[in-house]
Amino acid sequence: MIIKHLAIIQVILPLMAAPVCIVIRHHVGVKIWAVLISWLSFLISIALLVQVSDQGLIVYQLGGWAAPWGIEYRIDILSAFVLLIVSGIGAVVMPYSWTSVEKEIVHERAYLFYCMILLCMTGLLGIVITGDAFNLFVFMEISSLASYVLISFGQDRQALVAAYRYLIIGTIGATFYMIGVGFLYASTGTLNIFDLSQLVPALSASRTVKAALAFFTVGLGIKLALFPMHMWLPNAYTFAPSAVSVFLAATATKVAVYALFRIVFTIFGGTEILEILPIRGLLIGMAAMAMIYGSIQAIYQINVKRILAYSSIAQIGYMVLGLSFDNATGIAAGIIHLFNHALMKGSLFMVLGAVMYRVDSVQLNDMAGLGKYMPLTMAAFFIAGLSLIGMPLTVGFVSKWYLIQAALEKGWWPIAMLIVISSLLAVVYIWRVIEVVYFMPANPEAREVREAPISLLLPTWILLGAVIYFGIDATTGLNIAIAAADALLAGGGS
Amino acid sequence: MPFPGLFNYWIVVILMMIGLYIVIAHGNLVKKIIGINVFQVSVFLLYITIGKVAGGSAPILDQGIEVYSNPLPHVLILTAIVVSVATTALGLALVVRIRNAFQTIEEDEIDQQEKTG
Repeated sequence: MIIKHLAIIQVILPLMAAPVCIVIRHHVGVKIWAVLISWLSFLISIALLVQVSDQGLIVYQLGGWAAPWGIEYRIDILSAFVLLIVSGIGAVVMPYSWTSVEKEIVHERAYLFYCMILLCMTGLLGIVITGDAFNLFVFMEISSLASYVLISFGQDRQALVAAYRYLIIGTIGATFYMIGVGFLYASTGTLNIFDLSQLVPALSASRTVKAALAFFTVGLGIKLALFPMHMWLPNAYTFAPSAVSVFLAATATKVAVYALFRIVFTIFGGTEILEILPIRGLLIGMAAMAMIYGSIQAIYQINVKRILAYSSIAQIGYMVLGLSFDNATGIAAGIIHLFNHALMKGSLFMVLGAVMYRVDSVQLNDMAGLGKYMPLTMAAFFIAGLSLIGMPLTVGFVSKWYLIQAALEKGWWPIAMLIVISSLLAVVYIWRVIEVVYFMPANPEAREVREAPISLLLPTWILLGAVIYFGIDATTGLNIAIAAADALLAGGGS
Repeated sequence: MPFPGLFNYWIVVILMMIGLYIVIAHGNLVKKIIGINVFQVSVFLLYITIGKVAGGSAPILDQGIEVYSNPLPHVLILTAIVVSVATTALGLALVVRIRNAFQTIEEDEIDQQEKTG
């Protein structure tokens, strides 16, 4: 009975749980509640993934209204995989935030924080699960509004400005997406993504449909911080509370990439529009520039959170690059990188949360010599950093390997070279941190610093365990990614 | 084409450009929010124009009403208006807090304060 309704419960559960936080109000109660909900949500997404891989596509009609009139939730292997990423990160971040939030947000406001992070999760899960283009817009705004609030929780007053700028640019992005939906609705009369995928191919020549694709690309490009539409990202990640940086860096941009996958492949995949309108070429260009620009900017930053934020821009470049290859290997590489990057960026930001907890700063200078005083924390940074560079036996290697293979399959040598160059630049910015942490003498006040508390270390190492596990045994993730890529290429809503 | 013709669409485009221009060109944080509002309203108009059927009445089940406008875009825009109101409220709330923290709501003055720390 309940199995049949898992699809809707996945979204309803955090949505209903969010206002309950305000009722509970007491900070201990709220923490336990949030952890409980996030774990339940994780279990549901595992159940959904198992269900999808056993029986294929799950279609759930809301309120029993048949599509395309009603809203339907459509879960294929790709959406089940991304659901798992989002709820999995949520399940790790919630217990992590117990200690982190205690330090960075005043007690009286903790319940608001949990309310917002649950709402943000609702929005992200909703984007992934929904099969309705306008419903996707609504969920996008739920998650975005919640994340503006989450960023403004930051201690520094600049967090407010960062949140405000993100609000302005994020709203423009979402509105562009809405214009795209409007154009498609005007020319097809449907909002259902599966239905759209059936109707759009016949309209390849329509200028309205082409304009819709352009608006989708720009709108989602802003949301996923694709170069040169990334300006909101570095400040937002830097000034947000640590737990929020972890959550947003690991999920929000990934979900926007997922939405772009849906638009480009499911709706427009079977059409000639992608040939008429060179969206792919454009995406490759922007992705390549993102890879280089992000990595170079990361080298020159003195705030470690900002280093990671710029590195995120470069990594988003990898994902979009995989998407624009138009061969199964490339798309699989893009999808697997969604997962891998969520794991490694999540653990890197968690390390910085632990540093923030002990040292009260994440400036590079203030981290000098910490390798001696916080060995486990810094070892985590080292391993996750290696993964970001793409060392074998970590997940970063798997995705880069596939990405380069996809480039070679196409015979695009320069792109493969760019991937390697960007990885070398990653060596530079990760090494800058490693050098300061391990080889510089500690500041006098840093000598008092002890290892981070176990409540911060454990979640970090759980994510890191996943980084190593899926780096050594890559087949599980890869099989899912390849199945998802094949389904996407087959087009037509699969 | 008779008078109304593409009139609505022209208005949509003009409003959209005015809104975007305000967002980009104005340094005052409240004005930026107003710009965003104008921009969003233009999109609402676009949707409602799409839904209009020539000679159609309101979509009410009544005798003698054969042709009626498509109600779906109206409903969508109702949702979008709610989202827009929420965004505006949140944006203005942030402006209030920025004003408390920086004593100004002019972007260039905030930039200056950020630079000097």
